[in-house]
Amino acid sequence: MQSKFRALSGALIMAAAAATSAPALADGEVNIYSYRQPFLIQPLIDAFAAETGVKANVIFASKGLGERIAAEGENSPADVLLTVDIGRLDGAKQLGITQPVSSDIVNENIPAQYRDPEGHWIGLTNRARIIYASRDRVDQDSITYEELADPKWKGRICTRSGQHVYTIGLIASMVAHHGEEKTEEWLAGVRDNLARKPAGNDRAQVKAINAGECDISIGNTYYMGKMETNDKEPEQKEWAASVRILFPNAEDRGSHVNLAGVVLAKNAPNKDNAVKLIEFLTSPEAQRIYAETNFEYPVTPGVEVSERVSSWGELKPDALPLADIAKNRKTASELVDKVGFDNGPAS
Amino acid sequence: MLRTPSLTIIDRFWQFAALLIATLVLLPVLAIAWLAFEPTGDVWGHLFLTVLPGSLQTTILLMLGVGLSTGITGVVTAWLVTMCNFPGRRIMDWALLVPLAVPTYIVAFAYVEVLDYTGPVQSFIRSVFGFQTSRDYWFPEIRSLGGAIFVMGAVLYPYVYLTTRAGFLIQSASTLDVSRTLGASPYGLFFRIALPLVRPATAIGVSLALMECLNDIGAVTFFGVKTLTFSVYDIWLNRSSLGGAAQLALAMLVMVLLLLWMERFGRRKQRFDSGGGSKHRPPTRFDLTGPKAALALIVCAMPIFVGFVVPALLLADRASRRLDDLFSPGFLETIWNSFSLAAAAALLTVVISVSLAYSLRLNNSGPLRGAVRLASIGYAIPGTVLAIGILIPMARFDNFLDAHMEAWFGINTGLLLLGSGTGLVYAYVVRFLAVSYGQVEGGFGKITPHLDMAARTLGRNSAQTLTQIHLPILRPVLLSAALLSFVDCMKELPATILLRPFNFDTLATTVFEAASREAFEEAALPSLAIVLVGLIPVIYLARSSATSFRTKQSKRQTAAAA
Repeated sequence: MQSKFRALSGALIMAAAAATSAPALADGEVNIYSYRQPFLIQPLIDAFAAETGVKANVIFASKGLGERIAAEGENSPADVLLTVDIGRLDGAKQLGITQPVSSDIVNENIPAQYRDPEGHWIGLTNRARIIYASRDRVDQDSITYEELADPKWKGRICTRSGQHVYTIGLIASMVAHHGEEKTEEWLAGVRDNLARKPAGNDRAQVKAINAGECDISIGNTYYMGKMETNDKEPEQKEWAASVRILFPNAEDRGSHVNLAGVVLAKNAPNKDNAVKLIEFLTSPEAQRIYAETNFEYPVTPGVEVSERVSSWGELKPDALPLADIAKNRKTASELVDKVGFDNGPAS
Repeated sequence: MLRTPSLTIIDRFWQFAALLIATLVLLPVLAIAWLAFEPTGDVWGHLFLTVLPGSLQTTILLMLGVGLSTGITGVVTAWLVTMCNFPGRRIMDWALLVPLAVPTYIVAFAYVEVLDYTGPVQSFIRSVFGFQTSRDYWFPEIRSLGGAIFVMGAVLYPYVYLTTRAGFLIQSASTLDVSRTLGASPYGLFFRIALPLVRPATAIGVSLALMECLNDIGAVTFFGVKTLTFSVYDIWLNRSSLGGAAQLALAMLVMVLLLLWMERFGRRKQRFDSGGGSKHRPPTRFDLTGPKAALALIVCAMPIFVGFVVPALLLADRASRRLDDLFSPGFLETIWNSFSLAAAAALLTVVISVSLAYSLRLNNSGPLRGAVRLASIGYAIPGTVLAIGILIPMARFDNFLDAHMEAWFGINTGLLLLGSGTGLVYAYVVRFLAVSYGQVEGGFGKITPHLDMAARTLGRNSAQTLTQIHLPILRPVLLSAALLSFVDCMKELPATILLRPFNFDTLATTVFEAASREAFEEAALPSLAIVLVGLIPVIYLARSSATSFRTKQSKRQTAAAA
């Protein structure tokens, strides 16, 4: 029996040894839970560290971080949660894992339309949901979202899953503009025009256009910049070169945009540093990094988009209030199921 | 020293320990059951109409497909390597297990890379026939239910092969010889004698493969195949209904209990079968020559080619373009993280399996047996759901401990377990206990109770009997149980993503992050590392199971000669 205990305690010691970096609670650190991919936020973290000396610890996951913070409760090491889409920003507030940020710097940097009225979430950048069109096989220079249901696109459209937050956001904006019934009809039309079952991320759709599998795809703007400048995967430059960006509905209401932002965690152990980080992210300096390195649209007035981004054309953002999009997300998600969008074109 | 009363105390201790462990392992499942009572909003009406019928159908078709494909591949190859002689048979004997080292999500990534519209196969077809777009010709879509069946079948058949091969090996050769003498043809022998006899062993293998298939989230998400597991994930994370997800997860557990029952049933029959066969000798193999031998070789080589060679070559090719990453400190640390976590979890899993199996051996009481059985259903819970089931009780424990330590001693413990790797090790143990427990329990089953009685009569207590008699006999079983758990832990993805500490990457999470931004090349090196590390135990296992069988035979022959 003794050796039994020895074996058990040995295993536990191993387990403890495997347990590395415990959450940082010391001064000079800030803990970030991020739905945004590490390569997107690393330049900002580096700049923040250079300016303030505060070291950032990061956990990245594409799903479930809000649930984790909620479960961790009072002792959660999370200071901030970086996320995309109004749905998730608002969702974090609903989950009760946020606390209001009251900072004059933030309020000065970020226009009121991009902040929660109570300060529970703060928008940082905008990304437009645009159309990637094949340079060889698409002639027209303008396009509308409504037009995607036109039979002339039959077998020519690629997109990611209808249940992805970006797609849901776009469909929710269609519901807000046209009502549920019209949107359902439209969504079924788009489904019938798909070249393949929705799969992969926004880049995979451009890859498919390059290969000739489809002619247009729906995607976020910054992927264009990320592909054009990808020295590690040079083939992605080729994908990017095969497409150009069309800003949908440029002549009427403007293109759908989705907001990326940050929330301050309710039980942030390093609250001072967290607020410092949030203030930094809204500063012109950080907004310039978002613009230049991540090719996103800064929300702080006076910070210009990068040259590369402006070379794609002028963005006219849809002025629909964020609350209207958030409100219609559930309907949008149900419509995706109802028309069987993710099952692809009816064959 | 009085031995007699201390015996019962020790026995009681075993029972207590087993119940405690079973409770700890069951805790996440209970947490999920508790979560199922959370308000679910009004998702159900909508889901019943639109999502669930489809995902139920998809899941059943996927399981049928994977069951058939793993069943046929596993049985046919097992029959060929155990009952026929052909050139290359000895290599095939262990090489057929090799695809076990490739996780389903990696084989899925690899085949999309090969068979997708943009991949080499279709590009070649287009260049040969001069096609311009996908509308000019038809090619099966890999991101589909059929594709999922194909890739899962390709890497999961070794479960069936392993158990069925063992089944053929322990079949009494005399049974087969008698049938032959009575004029049975090789085919008649296979279909009418060997196959019915080996069916329980095959059922065990298929049920293991199906549990893996039911659990998969990486490959089905990547392929857009909406199974029940996918729906659990989707309801929880996209529709923000934790309660709804927990309810569906509980419903899925029913399916899993059915599979477990099937596995149990198989094992029971198997024990009965081998009970009478004490006079084993190697079955006489059919000598195959010419085209038949070539055919047998091809049939055995195909699954290895599809499940291992193609994906491994592709990964090696892509990884070779990124060899400088190999020496980056980040990558080495990632390997160490994966290794240490998996090793700790594997060790703990085996220790727990031994405790559970041994306490059942000492005291086969109803409640204990039930608890032990329930403790192995963790294998069937999708990793994501399990992660939530662990997150919640563990966070409560941490917060409870912190509050009391603070109040009594003024010590701030924070999230003691959750913030460390402990949560991960816990998740792995719960998830993979069934794998190791099955092995250990099987090992105990082969040790005759007479040994226990003899040891106890000679004055050893239950703990001494375990350490001095059972453990030495079980050593090879323990090793293979540890190795299997180790590989499974290395491969685990969804729970790792959700429960890992800060700045902490494992090989699996690195693959996931690279794949989530379509950077297949960057994913190649860590994928290859997972496959290679997984290969070591698989080969060891394959070789040792063959060797131990051979030594047993030669020992028997020696004994018979003497």
